[in-house]
Amino acid sequence: MPKTLLLIGTRKGLFLIEGEDRRDWTVRGPFCEGWPIYHAIHDPESGTIYAAAASEWHGAGVWRSGDLGESWELSSEGLSYEDDGGLKLSKVSGLTAAHGRLLAGAESVGIFESRDGGGAWSLLSTLEGQPGSESWNDPGSQPPGHLGVPAILPDAGDPKHLWAIVQGYGIFETTDDGETWTPRNKGLRADWPLENPEVGYCVHKLVRSPVDPERFYQQNHVGMHRSDDGGHSWTEITEGLPTEFGFAAAAHPHDRDTFYVIPLDPGHGRCMPDGHASVWRTRDAGSSWQRLDQGLPERDAHLGVLREGMAIDADESAGLYFGTSTGQVFASTDEGVSWDEIASYLPGISSVEVATVA
Amino acid sequence: MADVHLPSTLRPLFPDLPRQLELEAGTVEEAIAQLDERWPGLKDRLCEPGPALRRHINVYVDRERAELDAPLSKSSRVDVIAAISGGCQEPSRHVARAPRAR
Repeated sequence: MPKTLLLIGTRKGLFLIEGEDRRDWTVRGPFCEGWPIYHAIHDPESGTIYAAAASEWHGAGVWRSGDLGESWELSSEGLSYEDDGGLKLSKVSGLTAAHGRLLAGAESVGIFESRDGGGAWSLLSTLEGQPGSESWNDPGSQPPGHLGVPAILPDAGDPKHLWAIVQGYGIFETTDDGETWTPRNKGLRADWPLENPEVGYCVHKLVRSPVDPERFYQQNHVGMHRSDDGGHSWTEITEGLPTEFGFAAAAHPHDRDTFYVIPLDPGHGRCMPDGHASVWRTRDAGSSWQRLDQGLPERDAHLGVLREGMAIDADESAGLYFGTSTGQVFASTDEGVSWDEIASYLPGISSVEVATVA
Repeated sequence: MADVHLPSTLRPLFPDLPRQLELEAGTVEEAIAQLDERWPGLKDRLCEPGPALRRHINVYVDRERAELDAPLSKSSRVDVIAAISGGCQEPSRHVARAPRAR
């Protein structure tokens, strides 16, 4: 019977949580020698697990396992700005596997690609010349924990078509594999003065509906937004949520109007409001929102969830999974209506992804 | 032959890498280059492009803090240390300790 595999990236290595029929979960790990993992994925084409990591001591690299975690290799070959204007690579995050290649976002701002399954990497683009690029690698203008390019979205039909988030600046789209880019932030709200309205938006999470390629959602620093035209313009849909701030978000696999988000207090605490753990769902593209909390702690649960901290599977009754910055993992097999805590004592969680494996 | 001691954090990354080995090298950089030939990728774990030692990697030659261009003699002892860190998330603090004398 196929297993559901959760890939849990933490501050102290990668953990794998496996369950048959999305029950009886078992935890394996830590893997990757306890290196901080910023994002981990399973490539369904090759069956390989990739984990983007950065060690304080030994630098950044991408771990890979072709046997579901039994053995691991680390490579950083080519993950460097050696010949590119003094840029320094401190972290890799935002992994994407599509069209037979692997992409990784980097700090300083850049996108690297590997066409040999993560063995060797080369620089695809630094988004040079885009508005904001003159300052986005200046440490003085970066927030703590800056990830550069924390996420890259591929297009299922066109390998040269990508969207990338530049942290603190917004979304950029390319249709020529990174040769040229266009900012896609029209209609977003900012609560700070902008020198150039094309950029300056702190986009935390961008997701695309699997059933409608024109439909995108994003959670950013000041609200939830929806796009119905492939990201060319955005409409705010925050009303009805307890806060405008949050990181994690997920789009329903079969319904373009259903979308999930985890609002957090917008101050420095960045925990679920009032200590009441909740996921919020819309079924009408953001016109109304419902709190989903059955099985989640309702008091004294000051939980945070980071930008890659929630995942959704493609089951007919979609499964939702989220991990907290204090090491709990919660799972729902009924589209978020009810939840179980399936791991309680992991290190702080950076990312959650879900895959089905044989 | 320089007597080279490596940090325990490297061993899991490179099959058969010993904690201690002897090398014929004129400088610290040459020693690391030789290690990288035998264990490809090892230089990346110790050095940034430039090259320069990574921020939290310290090298001592005969108990003196050294950079990549430090000369080695046939009797040099080289200690590569992953700096001892911890106790604070932001900003990162680290304390480098000299190796014990044999």
